[in-house]
Amino acid sequence: MTPTERLARLVMWMAALFTVVFLMTPLVVAVAASFGSSAVFTLPPPDWSLRWYQRLAVVRGLLPALLTSLEVAAFSTAMALAIGTLCAIALVRGRFPGRESIATFLVSPLMLPGLVVGIAMLQGFKAMGLREAYSSLLIAHVVITLPYVVRTVLGSLTLFDFSLLDAARTLGCNYPTALLRVLVPALGPAFLTSSMFAFLASMDNYPISIFFTDAWTKTLPIQMLQYVEENPDPTIAAISTGLVLLAILTLVIGDRLVGLRKLADF
Amino acid sequence: MTTVRAAPSPWREPVVLLAAPAVLYLVVFYALPLLWLLAKSFIGPAGLTLGPYIDFFADPFDWRVIANTLGIAVQVTLVCLAIGYPASFALARAGAVLQIAMLVSIILPLSIGVVVKAFAWQIVLRRDGVISQILVAIGVWDEPQRLLFTEAGLVLGAANIFLPFMILPIYSLVKLIDPRLAEAGATLGAAPLYRFLRIVLPLTLPGVVSGVAFVFSMSVSMYVIPSLLIGDRFQTLSTLTGRSFLFMRNEQLGSTTAVILLVLAVSVVIGSGWLARRLGGRA
Repeated sequence: MTPTERLARLVMWMAALFTVVFLMTPLVVAVAASFGSSAVFTLPPPDWSLRWYQRLAVVRGLLPALLTSLEVAAFSTAMALAIGTLCAIALVRGRFPGRESIATFLVSPLMLPGLVVGIAMLQGFKAMGLREAYSSLLIAHVVITLPYVVRTVLGSLTLFDFSLLDAARTLGCNYPTALLRVLVPALGPAFLTSSMFAFLASMDNYPISIFFTDAWTKTLPIQMLQYVEENPDPTIAAISTGLVLLAILTLVIGDRLVGLRKLADF
Repeated sequence: MTTVRAAPSPWREPVVLLAAPAVLYLVVFYALPLLWLLAKSFIGPAGLTLGPYIDFFADPFDWRVIANTLGIAVQVTLVCLAIGYPASFALARAGAVLQIAMLVSIILPLSIGVVVKAFAWQIVLRRDGVISQILVAIGVWDEPQRLLFTEAGLVLGAANIFLPFMILPIYSLVKLIDPRLAEAGATLGAAPLYRFLRIVLPLTLPGVVSGVAFVFSMSVSMYVIPSLLIGDRFQTLSTLTGRSFLFMRNEQLGSTTAVILLVLAVSVVIGSGWLARRLGGRA
């Protein structure tokens, strides 16, 4: 091995090690701070304690915000799965002009600045006479989740052999049953990965949600940011630990069902 | 003799209708509002006008804001590229244990909200935070310093949050490279550096383009991260847009900066798409 190659290898493994440590840092820090007793999270903490977890129950607004976020994420993901899958079928099976552009259009909300999309929606919804925060949130979050579904399901559908559907019909299934018994299981992994990422994207969204909140309707990220700005104590770290656990759980399930490497497919 | 029947009009295929709900939904709730935002920014009290843009670009403060936005985005992108490019090779070539560790450390943070991560960076970047302690311990700094609310802190935090979006597209191409290509180059007498520049780099370039485009456009439009890591003192197009709508109630300014952001983002998307196609990639 020449010196150049040795250097290249060294750089590669150093970068790998650094990446693991660097990327895990915020998660480790958030979890560690949540178990510390001090209000000004020093690391390592002077003493361990569970007081920030006890405070979770006392802080007003957190639980309703969590519920709102879960509801909005569940509704928008389900809705996006339904209309996104139908659309992906049309794009793969149809032979109409402009399919490429339609696919780009459907994925485009992912690529535009969230804040700009949020402002446009705020003004657009107002002009349509829609002023209620909760329904606006639901409508807006379908736009956030749809790209994830379309992107993944479209990729998976292009690999699907549609003659299987004809085979099922020859064997006596009617068309809807054939779809349900053949197409849906084949798309299972795509549904799972896309709804996972869509759900998390909705749960995490700040820049669009911020325009559709009022005193009664707040999503979790908005309530959390507001809390951090008002009283920066480790209560936020306790919620974060909960969210880290949720993410680990999702990842374990995702790994069991479709495999970790598949989740990294971009 | 074969008769050629005229193909039925593509629009008559019933399968087209399946696309209608999603497309209509996005047209009504997404495309029309965006077009309206765009149109409104050119309409003043007395008809069509470029007034808001002329005012915006006449103000040196606004140039400062644009410079801040682009400067931070370039720095974040460079940091991500410097770490992410070699790391994606390691990810493709690592043994089972390291590969799983890397995949978990890339995917897990992706599934955790940006508020959580930015909040954690607030702790890391403080005067008594981990980074300050490490730098003092290895003798880079003589005394602890605060990185929070500095540009360096913002770059570090943002690079941390966007790094997966640099690694994943590059990795997706690196793992497809046939190792025999480099071996063939070696057999033919090419030096390692030459092999890298002529074989490996061109093959991964489309991934680099899409990684750079992802990270750059996310850095240009980030909002939560600068609000938590640098504060109001340092304005970017995105924070200025948010502030003018949420706090200053200056919708005119907000719409102008929003449209400028939109133009920036769209040109990055179109430019990178064009570049990736020219480089012959699938990215």
